[in-house]
Amino acid sequence: MADFETPEYREYPSIPVINEGAMAGSSPFIAKPPHQEPLGYPGELVENWQQVAIDKMGELLGKYRGFQVFMDICVKCGACTDKCQYFIGTADPKNMPVARQDLLRSVYRRYFTFAGKYFPKLVGARDLTKEVLDEWYSYFHQCSQCRRCSVYCPYGIDTAEVSMAAREILDAVGVGQKYCNEIIAKVFKIGNNLGLPERALKDTLLDLEEEIEEDTGIPVKLPLDVKGADILLITPSADFFAEPHIDGLIGYAKVFHEAGVNWTLSSHASEAGNFGMFIGSYENMQEVAMRVRQAALDLDVKRIVHGECGHAWRVAYSFWNTLIGPWDFLDQKYPIPQHICEYTWDLMQNGGLKLDKSENDHRVVTFHDSCNVARATRMGDKPGGQFEIPRNVIKAVCNNYVEMDEDTIKEGTFCCGGGGGLLTDDLMEIRVKGALPRMEALHEIVEDNGVTHMAAICAICKSQFTKVLPYYKMPMDMIVSVHQLVGDAIVLTGSEADSSREETAEGANE
Amino acid sequence: MSVAYAILLYVASAVFFGGVFFRVLKYWRTPAPLKIPTMPAPVTQAGVVMRMAREVVLFESLFKSSMWTWIFGWMFHVSLLLAFFRHLRYAISPDNILWPLINLELVQAAGKYAGIFMLIGLLGLLARRIFVERVRYISGPSDYLMLILILTIAGTGLSITFLDPTDIVSLKIFVLGLFRFNLQPLPSSLLLQTHLAMVALLMIVFPISKLLHAPGIFFSPTRNQVDDAREKRHLVPWAAKLDATRGHKIEIKG
Repeated sequence: MADFETPEYREYPSIPVINEGAMAGSSPFIAKPPHQEPLGYPGELVENWQQVAIDKMGELLGKYRGFQVFMDICVKCGACTDKCQYFIGTADPKNMPVARQDLLRSVYRRYFTFAGKYFPKLVGARDLTKEVLDEWYSYFHQCSQCRRCSVYCPYGIDTAEVSMAAREILDAVGVGQKYCNEIIAKVFKIGNNLGLPERALKDTLLDLEEEIEEDTGIPVKLPLDVKGADILLITPSADFFAEPHIDGLIGYAKVFHEAGVNWTLSSHASEAGNFGMFIGSYENMQEVAMRVRQAALDLDVKRIVHGECGHAWRVAYSFWNTLIGPWDFLDQKYPIPQHICEYTWDLMQNGGLKLDKSENDHRVVTFHDSCNVARATRMGDKPGGQFEIPRNVIKAVCNNYVEMDEDTIKEGTFCCGGGGGLLTDDLMEIRVKGALPRMEALHEIVEDNGVTHMAAICAICKSQFTKVLPYYKMPMDMIVSVHQLVGDAIVLTGSEADSSREETAEGANE
Repeated sequence: MSVAYAILLYVASAVFFGGVFFRVLKYWRTPAPLKIPTMPAPVTQAGVVMRMAREVVLFESLFKSSMWTWIFGWMFHVSLLLAFFRHLRYAISPDNILWPLINLELVQAAGKYAGIFMLIGLLGLLARRIFVERVRYISGPSDYLMLILILTIAGTGLSITFLDPTDIVSLKIFVLGLFRFNLQPLPSSLLLQTHLAMVALLMIVFPISKLLHAPGIFFSPTRNQVDDAREKRHLVPWAAKLDATRGHKIEIKG
């Protein structure tokens, strides 16, 4: 499959012995000028890159309190050193969160602190050389910005913030990552990450409608660009064609159908994912997100519901109000935006869905908390709702549910290994190795409890696991959308299953 | 010698208070443009105060992540606080309203024996730095020197208390004199002089070193922000300026 070895399952989740330079060769393809320029970055490494990089760092230190404080206050206590899935999977010490931050911090100290200017050796400060720049490019693309380290740091230092700053500096000198920047350019031009034009999107949705009707006998619709709809659904474009994402989309459609609401997708904002966050660029993140505001205004909707997507839900939940608010033109009775799991769970509690749990009886399900949903967002009114609500939804539609090891779920969840702009084939090795802790936790309950499926609410998680599960000798279709489980259990009103249900109920009454 | 020490302590105090003030001012003035609390996070300001209190008093996050570091680290910091209270007796005159509190047998005894625990905590942290491979990898010379510096302070302090007591009455007269700009002789004891010199050095390096973690944690956005992004629009001045031009790029590209 590839020129690296998939890590072995460990008997106990022990901490690896460090192996210096193990991943020094991992580096994604560099963006070409056509990927760079639409984002406002130079096409290739600029001549005075050193000065540009230092100036950019200075600018970011002045704009982001988190970055400034995180550069200063690390005490090297080591609490984070065994927490990153990329360190656990590769043993490369530069994948320890503190060491990854130090790649940048050492340069910060050299140019921005008294101690680093006058006593560089003493405080580990170093000049910004081409080697250092290359090292940044390599190791800041081995971080999925999953924030696991920030949970365990006594000061809350978040390597995601540091890696975003590093990527922005790299972009500013002209060394961007092809995967992310090409995709952002595509969003500006076409409207989604996949470059799926309006026409193709329309056809795909029509095909899906036919498929659902064949399956169930009920004309469940997937409306596009309906002006005056109540709900605008913003969902990752992978939901339109990738497996198992698409079954999740069918699930959302069935939920809306049963709720009887007037909803729509938008061809202008046919993408929830926002790669502007991955590259740490406020401006690009805002530009990408603006399509959502524009679509909501153009379609004159009352509410926005957000599909299953992790980093995207972070941008939507935590940043939209800042980036593209205020939302004064939407219905204030509902959360803005609202997650599809929040929507479905509300509906379930109000008895708005007829469910047949036995439809999922052939499955034993577990739930993978997607990193950015878990540690960067919330659902519902209470802290931790982002853990409870998806589980409530799953348990409402499945009889067999098993939890993975408690150190690997909820706020301690591991990243799937492909988040934060790493979901590209040129980073396959780090993706496979970074998935180790999650694969181990899953494998354990497969062996002990006969778990057959792992549900997730993130497009990246779903794509990543589809690709990585076979490396760990598990079937690729183990990964399912939460709303696939919902969709399978929904009894559509007027369908055959519905009438036979009513007959059984009547029979029981007699 | 007394003059040299008086100057040293004045300079150290000026650097410490001035340096920390300007650093905190910088943190204060630097905006946090986005909501980035590490979730789950409190949904009210009062909740954030509680979260920060648990972090600062109990080292909650460290407790979750590394038991040994928590034990040694917490032991050290609590001992440091107790020792600080004990030391206030050298700087507070008996007519001060705090005096009865500082002079309590409990406060004095706790501070006295805390020194021993401080030493154990520091040695534990040093051992971890040396013997745990991952921590050794991330440790630089300044990390070891900082521990050695504080170990020296603790070691000389304990020696004065338990082995070779100095004339603390004269010491107090010297310290109170410093506050009144009235120079008095410093007792001539090598242990005391070393102790004071190292404390002065610690104060001088404080604002230019990782010791900034003490004021810095209060400014850490992942810990001090309320989880209310959907309810309240959070906008800093530089981001507000961008609102005028947002969507611009898209229009150009059609």
